[in-house]
Amino acid sequence: MSATDATTSARTATSDRPGASGAVGPYDRVEVELTVNGVPRAAFVPPRRLLSDFIRHDLELTGTHVGCEHGVCGACTVLLDGQPIRSCLALAVAVDGRELTTIEGLAGPDGELHPVQQGFQDHHGLQCGFCTPGFVLSACGFLAEDPDPDEDTIREGMAGNLCRCTGYAGILQAVKQAAGVLRETGADPCARHAGRAADGAVAAGPESGR
Amino acid sequence: MTALDNPPTKNVGVTRLRKEDAHLVTGRTNYTDSIQVTGLLHLAFVRSPMAHAKVARVDVSAALEQPGVVAAFTGADLADNWAAGLPCAWPVTEDMASPTHLPIATDEVRYVGDAVAVVVARTKYQAADAIEFVEVDYEPLPAVVDMEAALAEGSPLADTTSASNKSFTWQKIDGEIDDAFAGAAHVTTRRFLQQRLIPTAIEPRSVVCAPPREHNEYTLWSATQVPHILRLMLALTCGVPEHELRVIAPDVGGGFGSKLNVYAEEAVALVLARKLGKPVKWTETRSEGNQATIHGRDQIQDLSIAFNEDHTIRGLKVELHADMGAYLQLVTPGVPILGAFMFNAIYKMDALSFTCHGVFTNKTPTDAYRGAGRPEATYAIERLMDEAAHELGVEPFELREKNWIKHEEFPYMTIAGIEYDSGNYEAATAKAKELFDYDGLRAEQQRRRDAGDSVQLGLGISTFTEMCGLAPSRVLGSLSYGAGGWEHASVRMLPSGKVEVVTGTSPHGQGHVTSWSQIAADALGVAYEDVEVRHGDTSVAHKGMDTYGSRSLVVGGYAVQVACDKVIAKARKVAAHLLEASEDDIEFDSGTFSVKGSPDARTTIQDISLAVFAAHDYPEDMEPSLDSDATVDPENFSYPHGTHLCAVEVDTETGHVEILRYVAVDDIGKVINPQIVEGQVHGGLAQGIAQALYEEAIYDEDGQLKTGSLLDYYVPGAPDLPHFITDRTETPATSNPLGVKGVGEAGTIASTPAVINAVVDALRPMGVNDIRMPASPQNVWNAMQAAKANGGDA
Repeated sequence: MSATDATTSARTATSDRPGASGAVGPYDRVEVELTVNGVPRAAFVPPRRLLSDFIRHDLELTGTHVGCEHGVCGACTVLLDGQPIRSCLALAVAVDGRELTTIEGLAGPDGELHPVQQGFQDHHGLQCGFCTPGFVLSACGFLAEDPDPDEDTIREGMAGNLCRCTGYAGILQAVKQAAGVLRETGADPCARHAGRAADGAVAAGPESGR
Repeated sequence: MTALDNPPTKNVGVTRLRKEDAHLVTGRTNYTDSIQVTGLLHLAFVRSPMAHAKVARVDVSAALEQPGVVAAFTGADLADNWAAGLPCAWPVTEDMASPTHLPIATDEVRYVGDAVAVVVARTKYQAADAIEFVEVDYEPLPAVVDMEAALAEGSPLADTTSASNKSFTWQKIDGEIDDAFAGAAHVTTRRFLQQRLIPTAIEPRSVVCAPPREHNEYTLWSATQVPHILRLMLALTCGVPEHELRVIAPDVGGGFGSKLNVYAEEAVALVLARKLGKPVKWTETRSEGNQATIHGRDQIQDLSIAFNEDHTIRGLKVELHADMGAYLQLVTPGVPILGAFMFNAIYKMDALSFTCHGVFTNKTPTDAYRGAGRPEATYAIERLMDEAAHELGVEPFELREKNWIKHEEFPYMTIAGIEYDSGNYEAATAKAKELFDYDGLRAEQQRRRDAGDSVQLGLGISTFTEMCGLAPSRVLGSLSYGAGGWEHASVRMLPSGKVEVVTGTSPHGQGHVTSWSQIAADALGVAYEDVEVRHGDTSVAHKGMDTYGSRSLVVGGYAVQVACDKVIAKARKVAAHLLEASEDDIEFDSGTFSVKGSPDARTTIQDISLAVFAAHDYPEDMEPSLDSDATVDPENFSYPHGTHLCAVEVDTETGHVEILRYVAVDDIGKVINPQIVEGQVHGGLAQGIAQALYEEAIYDEDGQLKTGSLLDYYVPGAPDLPHFITDRTETPATSNPLGVKGVGEAGTIASTPAVINAVVDALRPMGVNDIRMPASPQNVWNAMQAAKANGGDA
């Protein structure tokens, strides 16, 4: 599949319901062009398409999960121009021309985990994993704002995401470890992980045991 | 590389980072809603907005005209497709009433969310649009919402076709209960309420069903905890032959009991895949799930406990009203019945009477929610012990210690008739008190009381046990449950020396792939990385009883161990043959077979695997295979226990409760992976604390669910929960070879009473002796005002 044609062969707005012309209806399609995880993508979507559905079903990036569709659980969190947003509360057409980062866009090109992902693994910050992508991206956005948080600050920083499995203890430790690693490397928390530096300086967590 | 070159390290008891995590943290996930099948159609359900009504007319014709709509069906349209109603597998009494539960209602809707029609469309947006065009005429009927009113003479009926709102009364009396109370020096009587809860797994329920293609079988993917049970039950409900149905639980995002069921939408998906010959999919919205996925708890608990002069317990009477909701789901009536074995908890007594009334109301059906029957029982007895201690004027620890089973008394046959195999309540309590600084906090409490501080301190105790590892099949049989409690495992040695473990358990966050790898690696003496674990697909794991009731390690891990032992027994025969020695002279250690007295005569189990695959030279009396199956039936439950201590600050000016310190010392026997165990305890604590402080499903008098979204139903986030101080004592279970006990529910069972006991303790000088859960500022405030109106100290 071409990176610029993610959904159908449709190149123009179409409608499968004949009706009034002029206004854009729910079955018309409009083009959305954006950058997703560093790759230019485009698709024709109905104007009411939720961003979460657009990511999952049009772009086929199913690592973004939808837990409530009303903006409370945070499972669908993605980064829009580096800021965490709930993709279930945004429309796809509203992100035209913007830059989107999803959970698939964090690990290094060699597959090495982003420090936040590594933190979640090292500290058992996940069990069923459904809320995890949202937590990881929220944490990236949070650490960009506050690179050296204490435990209470992390609790507040993660307040927009719900986890039903962990009781949050592992998540707090994960974010704390990631903060330390990111401070050490100076990497942008919201950027794709650069991979191991030439001198091997990107440290694994102290308890990684890898 | 062979085990000879690189002796494997010990895995059991050591934290191994989870094998599950790599795909989960990178988004390479496969939850049911992500399943792609060519030609997939989407379902949307029309649901009753009324708690109780006659369905006079359902007309789908306008919906059929909508864009993308392929089909639409009313309950009547599908009525001939069911071989049976949705199943309840637990008829607790012979005369138990259970209304026929069709997946889509025909004549009468009985709770808000009961489905009346389904629309099939090409996209989920089109399906969601089209259900707005289904016309339904409802004729409202009186809604039954209060359990006690429901049992009163002349009450409206939750199901107009039934004789009463009672499903069953179940009773068990052990010992001479009347004598115990007749001669008592003191009796403490209380009523406690278990509010209704919504389990709220973060992954919504979802199902995809595809009709037969290259194989003569339907494939059904579901966000379920129980693919094996689901396969059998859907076959029976829909009349699809069991061998023509494959059920797959792919990645599953939490369950907590809510996915331990056979749901209407799963049955409809299978029937429509058959009817339309097309794959179909349904994923619930959160608000839909709050109505149509089972709820938990919801009991009224009346208890009396009788004491001797010396404060030893004579007897305990328990009478429960348990809200079934509108229908009996898979194990609805069995949940409160499990309490019959748990109200006596860790205490010795001469008599116990337990009576449970199952009551129908026009609300969402209840069923198993994390702990299922044991949190309710534990809450009641631990609250009651605190109340009794207050009335008797003794320290709550003193009353507990006087009555609990001493460690030297195990194994101990309880008054309820089950045998606790092991335990050491003294050790767990001593450790917890030390970690908590119990004496220091009591001194601080006194200081604040003396100073009349507006923020008071309360200390709460919970010395709990529970029964888990469901379950010995004969016990389930004696309780009229419809199946056994065994578990299955297969171990397959591959030619390259790698190992496939197939388990009948079905994890949804518990880390079975990692823990079962640790067990198999150590048993077989191979590297942890050389083991992979398969599960959750009835074509791969053909036998299983799935995951619930903290059973997976205790029963399923046990099965893995037994299957490994069988592999080793076969390999030993081959080793003797290849090393030209007597089998009696073969020793096995860390993956290596050697001949006693001949240190150079050795081979590894992985080398033997290749030799058996080649099958050029193997003993005549065996087949050329090391593969083994094990189906184990546990001889007993497992009985985790522990002591949880909670300190809360209660702001007497606002009713706000803040947990200051929480210590959990759990005894779950031997530990396979300490990090996973810690995670299970933490998650359990969060859910138990959530019941104590935050969560409640609320219905109004018309049976409308007022907590229909996550905006109204408060699931705690990170700032709402305390730092947990956790530790363990280790008293191995004697009922399984691993010495393990369940850990999935212990935190939830123990923590709710610890928190509420602390809140009540803080306010005791004001005359407060109970708090309605959740202990929200409003409920705490109301309790303080009520106490004040009663004239202070009770």
